[in-house]
Amino acid sequence: MLRITGGKIYDPANGINGEVRDLFIQDGQFVASAQGGRTIDATGMIVFPGGVDVHTHVAGGAINFARAMTPEDHRRTQAFIRSQSRRSGLGGMAPTTFATGYLYAGMGFTTVNEAAVPVLSARHTHEELCDIPIVDKSSLVLMANNELVLDQLEAGEYERAKNIMAWYIWAAKSYGVKAVNPGGVTAWKWGKDAKQLTDSIEGYSKLTPGNIVTSLARMCDELKLPHPVHLHCNNLGAPGNISTTMDTLKHLEGHRAHIAHSQYHAYGGDDWDTMQSNTAELADYFNTHDNLTTDAGAVLFGDTVTITADGPWQHLLYKLTGRKWGNLDVENETGCGIVPYTYRPSNLVNAVQWAAGLELLLLIEDPWQVFLSTDHPNGGCFWRYPEILELLMCADHRKECLKQLPDAIKGRIKLPEIDREYTLYEVATAMCAGPARALGLTKKGNLGVGCDADVVIYEEDDSVVRMFSHPRYVIKAGEVVIEDGDIRETPDGREFLVKPAYDPNTDDFIQPLFEDCYTMSFENYPVELERLERTEIQDCGVSE
Amino acid sequence: MIRLTLKHQPSVPLEAEVLSPSALAELSHDEICSLRLYHGKRQVRVDDLFEVEGERSDEVEIHGDLHRVRWLGREMSHGQLTIHGSVGMHLGAYMKGGRIDVHGSAGDWIGGEMKNGFIHVHGHGGGQIGGGYRGSLRGMKNGTIIVDGTAGLEVGLRMRRGTIVIGGMVKDFCGLQMKGGTIVLLEGAEIRTGAWMNRGTIISMQPLQLLPTFQLSCYYNPTFLNVYARYLQTLGINVPHTAQDGSWARYCGDCSVPGKGEILVWQPHTLTA
Repeated sequence: MLRITGGKIYDPANGINGEVRDLFIQDGQFVASAQGGRTIDATGMIVFPGGVDVHTHVAGGAINFARAMTPEDHRRTQAFIRSQSRRSGLGGMAPTTFATGYLYAGMGFTTVNEAAVPVLSARHTHEELCDIPIVDKSSLVLMANNELVLDQLEAGEYERAKNIMAWYIWAAKSYGVKAVNPGGVTAWKWGKDAKQLTDSIEGYSKLTPGNIVTSLARMCDELKLPHPVHLHCNNLGAPGNISTTMDTLKHLEGHRAHIAHSQYHAYGGDDWDTMQSNTAELADYFNTHDNLTTDAGAVLFGDTVTITADGPWQHLLYKLTGRKWGNLDVENETGCGIVPYTYRPSNLVNAVQWAAGLELLLLIEDPWQVFLSTDHPNGGCFWRYPEILELLMCADHRKECLKQLPDAIKGRIKLPEIDREYTLYEVATAMCAGPARALGLTKKGNLGVGCDADVVIYEEDDSVVRMFSHPRYVIKAGEVVIEDGDIRETPDGREFLVKPAYDPNTDDFIQPLFEDCYTMSFENYPVELERLERTEIQDCGVSE
Repeated sequence: MIRLTLKHQPSVPLEAEVLSPSALAELSHDEICSLRLYHGKRQVRVDDLFEVEGERSDEVEIHGDLHRVRWLGREMSHGQLTIHGSVGMHLGAYMKGGRIDVHGSAGDWIGGEMKNGFIHVHGHGGGQIGGGYRGSLRGMKNGTIIVDGTAGLEVGLRMRRGTIVIGGMVKDFCGLQMKGGTIVLLEGAEIRTGAWMNRGTIISMQPLQLLPTFQLSCYYNPTFLNVYARYLQTLGINVPHTAQDGSWARYCGDCSVPGKGEILVWQPHTLTA
């Protein structure tokens, strides 16, 4: 039993904007009233729902490879020393599992969505997710380059492809579908890429990225998954890729979709010298199409490590930087590339990227459509989110930061012309309520009765960064986990899964195909439900 | 002056990064005695293992067989550290300034990722001298390291700038992935010298067995070497440079990277005539 009294409540899911109300918590959920128990006096403080990260990379083969590739970061970064309540760990560009939980919770986040899991690495990913304490988790399975699915689409067997996809979702014990560079990663296995939606895909004759995008979006809708297709578009990072992105959005008409890290897909220009931000065109599309949501994939200057299933892009990035490069081939399912990277304000391309991320957050009018993210760790580490909030909430600070960009930036970005400042209500929408709704997690990001009691209490502060980096209290499922800047409890979080319906003959259909081309046996492939701890299966077809 | 004398051998490696002149400069005798060292995984006080004399000085002398003592002089920015005896790994790692003299030998990673300063080891040195630690893009950024005796593998690994002089024979992969700076080899090196080097100069007074990815470009007497040799003379190192003594064979590489580094091998006149 817990009462939080006198705080200013920001609860966009229920339209509550800074009203002083009391919250009552019992058995991990909000209730209408409760007697006894502890009372937290939040008078003068700001009360938010727990933060929700719609797109992050915190567990699995790729981030683990990134950890192994960056020992230099481990030597210089924040160390968590083992204590009574905490395990040891390291922060930095790719924090270790336990530290990931401490850092997210320490910043007021209580739910995270691991956005890219190959089925073959799903077992490993779930083991790591299980070791991320405090926060609740979900994960998305990579589908847009899966050869069994693509073969069926190529053959025009849409229904069968849908059944196979549903089978895969359950086999990976995942929560939804991620599409990365549809067709491009498959083509990468032939040393090629797929940059335009009408390109033919190496190894296929009829299939195009456009077919894959539309089919996957339709399948997710028909399977009534709580989260729509989560799409990393083709042609990421390249100057002039805005045309590919706009074309992709048109292929999604009539379907729900979440566009991941759209900052990386909003560039004009013809080459690196003429690259510019074309966020206005993209934002206009979002402003007139409510079937879409997106996360910013904002960039912050500094060191990080980029990891993505987009193998061909990572090879290009490696060629550009001349630094380290890791490349993984995940059998018939996907690929992966890893390149440590430093974003520099003096670098014109990086400066455009920095501005573009903020522009999208500011130009897309409805905070229910655009969410806070850095595509951790690609654009910056998640524990730096408060720095983005400061840039969104203080136009003066933004102007100050613009001064460190090179002069040649003039005319390439829109940011200097934007005066909008986020209100606390908008921050609560873009950071908590919006991503929860996009994920179809109806009990998250919501302070209403019956919802999960994940609450963050901030002390009002002139410094936005200080306020959002150091919440006074973080409450997860009714338990006070952070108090006065210290981790008090480290409860285990839950994992959300879905079980979409599929034709029971799908097993028999897949098995011979599988045994033909995979290196492991079919029986060992799906992740057993019993292997996972604290799971919660969300119903398909409940959300809007 | 502060004088530390090892009382008895640590049974496992002792991590002694606090024993650096700039860290001790402002401390009283009691404060020095109570500093913490890691003996394996256990914490001990400095005076558990060392006799401590003196206080508040950036001149530090350490006596004893210190081959299990690591990280001495780590990140020091000023002052003088003199060691009488042999010393373990990571001597002067990340050092920013000041001077270290070792009257004895030193382990691997002497001056690892140092930014500036001067290290002179009168005995032998280990491997990875002035190197960049695993995963790092670059090793020493500046400063000078002199080892009178022999040295181990990967000397100057990924070094970016600065000078390394080795008096004795050097093992394989000297100048591995070097990005700049100068390595002077008075007695030559074993195999694969300069592998993956991008830039920088390796100067050898003895013939070298070079990789096939190094190409002979010319024999010459570069002007910069006259100046450089005179600078080295102030450090007590004699590198011949006048045209009447001989000339330098210049090899460029490593073409497999491809790199713009150079290896200069001394050719006394009797050979080229």
